[in-house]
This record gives sequence, C-alpha cells and structure tokens, in this order.
Amino acid sequence: MRIALFITCFNDALFPDVGQAVVRVLRRLGHEVEFPAAQTCCGQMHFNSGYRDACIPLVDGFTAAFAGYDAIVTPSPSCAAMVRHHHATLAASDAATRAHPDLQDRVAAVTPRVYELTEFLVDVLGLTDVGASFPHTVAFHRTCHSVRLLGIGDRPERLLAAVDGLTLSPVPRADQCCGFGGTFAVKNADTSIAMGDDKVADILSTGAEVLTAADTSCLMHIGGLLSRSGSPMRVMHLAEILAGPGPEARR
Amino acid sequence: MTVPAEPVPPIHATTRRPLPTFRGTPPFPEAARTALADPQLRANLRRATTTIRDKRSRVVAEREDWEQLRLAGAAIKDEVLRDLPALLERLERAVVAAGGVVHWARDAADANAIVIEVARAHGTTEVVKVKSMTTQEIELNEALAIEGIDVWETDLAEMIVQLGHDLPSHILVPAIHRNRTEIRDIFRDEMGKVGRPAPADLTDDPKQLAEAARRHLREKFLRARVAVSGGNFAVAETGTIAVVESEGNGRMCLTLPDVLITVLGIEKLVPTWRDLEVFLQLLPRSATAERMNPYTSMWTGVTPGDGPQEFHLVLLDNGRTDVLSDQVGRQALRCIRCSACLNVCPVYERTGGRAYGSPYPGPIGAILTPQLRGIAHHPVDKQTASLPFASSLCGACFDACPVRIDIPEVLVHLRAQVVEHAARSHRIPTPEAGSMAAAGWVLQTARRLGRAERLASLGGRVVGRRGAIGRLPAPGWAGAWLRRRDLRTPARESFRAWWRRTGGRDDAR
Repeated sequence: MRIALFITCFNDALFPDVGQAVVRVLRRLGHEVEFPAAQTCCGQMHFNSGYRDACIPLVDGFTAAFAGYDAIVTPSPSCAAMVRHHHATLAASDAATRAHPDLQDRVAAVTPRVYELTEFLVDVLGLTDVGASFPHTVAFHRTCHSVRLLGIGDRPERLLAAVDGLTLSPVPRADQCCGFGGTFAVKNADTSIAMGDDKVADILSTGAEVLTAADTSCLMHIGGLLSRSGSPMRVMHLAEILAGPGPEARR
Repeated sequence: MTVPAEPVPPIHATTRRPLPTFRGTPPFPEAARTALADPQLRANLRRATTTIRDKRSRVVAEREDWEQLRLAGAAIKDEVLRDLPALLERLERAVVAAGGVVHWARDAADANAIVIEVARAHGTTEVVKVKSMTTQEIELNEALAIEGIDVWETDLAEMIVQLGHDLPSHILVPAIHRNRTEIRDIFRDEMGKVGRPAPADLTDDPKQLAEAARRHLREKFLRARVAVSGGNFAVAETGTIAVVESEGNGRMCLTLPDVLITVLGIEKLVPTWRDLEVFLQLLPRSATAERMNPYTSMWTGVTPGDGPQEFHLVLLDNGRTDVLSDQVGRQALRCIRCSACLNVCPVYERTGGRAYGSPYPGPIGAILTPQLRGIAHHPVDKQTASLPFASSLCGACFDACPVRIDIPEVLVHLRAQVVEHAARSHRIPTPEAGSMAAAGWVLQTARRLGRAERLASLGGRVVGRRGAIGRLPAPGWAGAWLRRRDLRTPARESFRAWWRRTGGRDDAR
C-alpha cells in the first residue's frame, strides 16, 4: 500500500511535530509513508471565507500532488472534510470554463482515498491499539468537523482508550463548538473568545493534565487561551499521544 | 377567573414613544460585543437554551423514524417550492370558494396597506394579534401605529416584549433574554398604561405572572373586532390555514373577533391535508420539545355563525421569489420557524437574537435575512453582509433542523456572494481580499509556500518568546487573535523542510 501524508499547510508551518508523530505511528505499525513535496493546501480557508475562485488552482494542485497513492492520510479532520465534501463541487463549477482539463475525473480518483488519521487506523488498518503508552489523564475535545462533517464518531476515543496508562477524563458539554471556526476566530473575535472561554472552563473542570483533539486548529485556539491564562495544561495533537513510546520503552 | 360582562373601553396607546426597530443595528461583530458585555443576558440565554436543547434531544430520541420524518418534511417542502405558482393558485381558489378574500402582496408596503385598508373599512382603532414572524418581518405594528391603530400582541412573550418597549430575540420565545424578575417589573410598570393593571403585590411566581397576563389580555380579546395572524401552514388542496401555538391566545384571536386577517409567506404551503401529519410531528418536538402541540387551530374560509365572518388572506412575497431563484439558498424557504437551530447554536447562545438585526435571528436568520434583502442580486448593507459570517460553521444547526436545511452550506454560499459583490464594487481590493489573494498565490506552489514558511519562521522568532507570540498591539486579524490568545510561533523548521533534510528518517531533532 502506497501511503501519502497530507500534512496540511497549517501543520506544515506551525505544528511540524504533528506530522512527525503521524510518520512515527505509521512506521511503528510497519507502513512506509511518503511525503509528496508538491502538496500545499486543500483550500478550506478560502472556501469557507467566500473566496471560491482561489480554491480551484488549489484543488488542481491537490489532485496532481496526490495522484497514484492508495491512501492519503491527514491529521486534520476539517481538511479531510473539505477535500471529500467540496473538491468535487469546485471541480464541477470549473468544468464549464475548462480551465483545468479533466479536473473532475482527477478529483473523483483522488478524494475517495483521503483518510483522516483515526479513520485510517481504525477502518483501513483495523486497529485501535497502536502500541503507545501515555501515563496521564487526558481531556479529549471532539472537534465539530470531525464529528458532524466527517462522522468519525468515537474512533479517536477508542484509540485513546487503548493507549497504555492513559485515563480519559470526559469533558462536559462535549458537543459544543470551541469557537475557532477558521476566519470566524478573527472576524468575530469577541464571540469566538466567549465560546472559547466557556470551553476552557469545561476542559479545566476535568482536572486533566493534557488536552488533546484530532485537529490542531481547535487546539491552537483553546491552547492560545490556556497559554495566555498561564494554565499548566499541556496541549497535544492526538497523533503525538499515539506516537508516544510503547510500554516497554518506558521501563 | 371572572370575566367582565361588558367590554372594557380601550385605553389608546398611540401616544406611546416610537416603536423600537431593528433598523440601525450595527454589523454583527459590533452588535455581538454589546450583547457579550451583558452578564445577565448571557446567564438568561445559557439557562434557557440549555434547558430547551436537552428537552428537545430527549423527545427527538424517542422517535425511531425521526430521520425519515426529516426527509419527508424536506421532500414535501421541496415539492412546494418546485410547484409554487400552481399550488398558490390552487390555494387561492379553495380559500375564495370557502368565502375568504385573497390578496397578493409583492412586498411589506403592499401587505401593510392591505391590512390597514381592511382595518379602516371596519372603523376599528385596535387589533389583537396572534404571534406571527411574517408580520414582524413587514413591521406591521409600526405601520398600523402610524395610522393610529393600536396593536395588542397576545402571545405572552410577545406581550412582554411589547410592554417592555423591547425587540424580540428569539423566533419562538421572543423574550428569552428576560428572566422572571425582569418580567414582573415590566408587568407592574407597564400594564396599567395600556389596559388592566397588574396586581400591586405581583411577585415573580410564574403562576401569578400568567394570571396577570390572562386578565390583562382577556379584556382585549373580548373587545377587539379585528384580529391579525400569521400562519404556520396553508393547505393548497383545501384552503385550510393552520396556526400552531401553546397558550390558547391564538385560539381566542382566531375565533372571537368578527374579522380575521392572515398574513402568510408564500412558502408556507403544503400540497395536501395529509402532509400536515409530517409537520405536526416535526414542529412541536423541534420547537417546544412537546410530543404534541397544545393548541392547533385550523380554519377554511368563513363558517356562517361560527368564528370570524370575514376572512382576508394576504399572500406575501417580500423577497421570497428572489430566494427561490437561488439554487443553493432556496432551501432556507423550507423553514418552519421551529427555532431548533437557535437553541443549539453556540453563537446564538452567547450573543442572543438582537445582534442579528432582524426578527429572524440565529443560524436561520443568518441565511434568511440576507436572502430576503436580495443578497443574490445586488450588494447589501454592511450589517446584512456581516450575517453569513456570524457562524463558526460547527454544523449543530443542520443536525437539529427538522427539514434538513444545510445551513452551513448556505452560509458559505452567501459568503461567496458577499465577496463577489465586494470585488465588483471596489476597484482596489479590500485589505481582506488582498490578503486572501496573496495567500492564494503563495499556496499555489510548494516552492512559494516553502519560502513563505521560512519568512514566517524568521518573523515569529523576532516577535515570539519561548515559542509563543503573546500580547502584541498588532493591527487587523493578528491583533484580533492576540488580544486574548497566544499564538504558537511558526516552527523553526517546517515539516517540508524537515522532510527534505532527513527524508522523514530522523525524528529526533
């Protein structure tokens, strides 16, 4: 199986550790990962902000970069949802202009092979125990796009539950949005922060040592609030926990 | 309860202060800031939305066929939108055949003029009103006040809003932003100015408040000769109009006066009587979390000797045909005004309804108001243009919607319309459009992205401390982020640079 890592522009620039963690997990499970160097961005920010025209070249670039792989794995549910739900529509809207020949066919070939990390581990590799160890209490934030757009359900929780030594601490009002919302976080900063403050209070009420989620963007927002308030809570992407050393390494 | 034998003479209220209006509401981010600064409002909203949200989840979970009901509801409404002209004419024929009068109103001014004309023809100086979103949309109360005709809102929450010289903030519970003590104060201070006063020893006990409202309203019900209502559904096949309410005030207005005027948005149709079955299951569970609606009134034209002897149906367009012409946006016309999307919306929960600057607040307001104001066809004002952005796109609204309106999809669609209007009307791109164009250019090739990452990394190291950028007086979006949130500095080495250097082999840096 040829596996490509879709790092996402956001993790590439800000959170390279997340990508390295994905590579580590997959390699430990015996899979080789390639990084197609031509990849850039799925277009989600432009699409959700109303700049649809700017997305078409990005869709074109995405299909070119990832053509030919059996699986394209990404540590971002919202980018995976963007590709799966919207690349086809964007390609269809481009079809009339014929600016990018065969774009619809290329999108149709690539998008079904895009998997969010936990989907890939649970559905494709059929695993929940990835052989990691993490002896800490962890609060898990369910990101909206992972639950509502991508429908990954409890896959992240199942993976976390199988991590050696990890205790999951349930977050109250877990289905509530943290308030990130892409450009919403800056265009409606006051509302975004009010939502984030409530989310932080719910997360802190768990008494967990570590906050994790399947998407870095929400973690950047919640983590930014935690960091400003001087909270000692650590913020880690799910992949970083799954990449943690196995129990034997700990001894 | 004692009912007065003789109608009480009216106290005219046309000398009141000017009626409050949504006009002049600032763009959403600014209006939200005001609302967020009010701790009482936030506490009231949080309590109310959490309660109704939990109740709704429970009663919806009771139905194994909920998803099929949603699909059926959406399909019936889509059929209505597809066949609207024919169905409207069918409704008109059925209403006329049953003794009603049908009026067609292109816009708010048309509709208000029709209502005023009918009221004047009967020489009335007051009307009683059933709660109605459509008449708020057309600002009927204001139009009638200008003509010297008093309007009495008879829905409890609408009455609280009206007595409090206030604006509604929720579709179903327009006084959701008020708590019991505030309501007690409004009743005590205001009821006597426009009718039967509240008892001097009124407390904030809900029973006492309801009794005061009942007595205050009763004299208006018994006196009024003209009533105005909206309608939840209109059955094209039979000409039947349905009003769904939970207090019985609607039933009073619909049966006691001599004349009834119903203002109905043209999308409120269902093709056949049988279709009501679907909506009378979907609506109460989604709206008030009730299994069955308490007061469902239905009437067909005029029945001699029973109820109003003159019935006027005003069919209102007011932008709806424009919405219908937008293939993505038209799903907003399926809306049955249940408010489930408001109750689950994390933005609405914090800002309340008035920040949306329209009688239609929350997620549905954010997609309906701009469309009714013509966003698909021409540039709109700044407040209207801000509405599609008043969402984190979390998707809770779509999950809750009983007629499966994909609100996030429409929000993003309307954002694109706002961006296109801005591009056409600005010869020089706005700062936002400029940044987006620049980002789009950078993201087109991996080489450009790699360079930008190296630049960002350098910049981050200049302003960052210990891997984070803290409080910083920055302009625009950076400042908006950093006001309360730290930002991780861009990595010293991006992932792609690390991969190029190590081939993904060296993960100990």
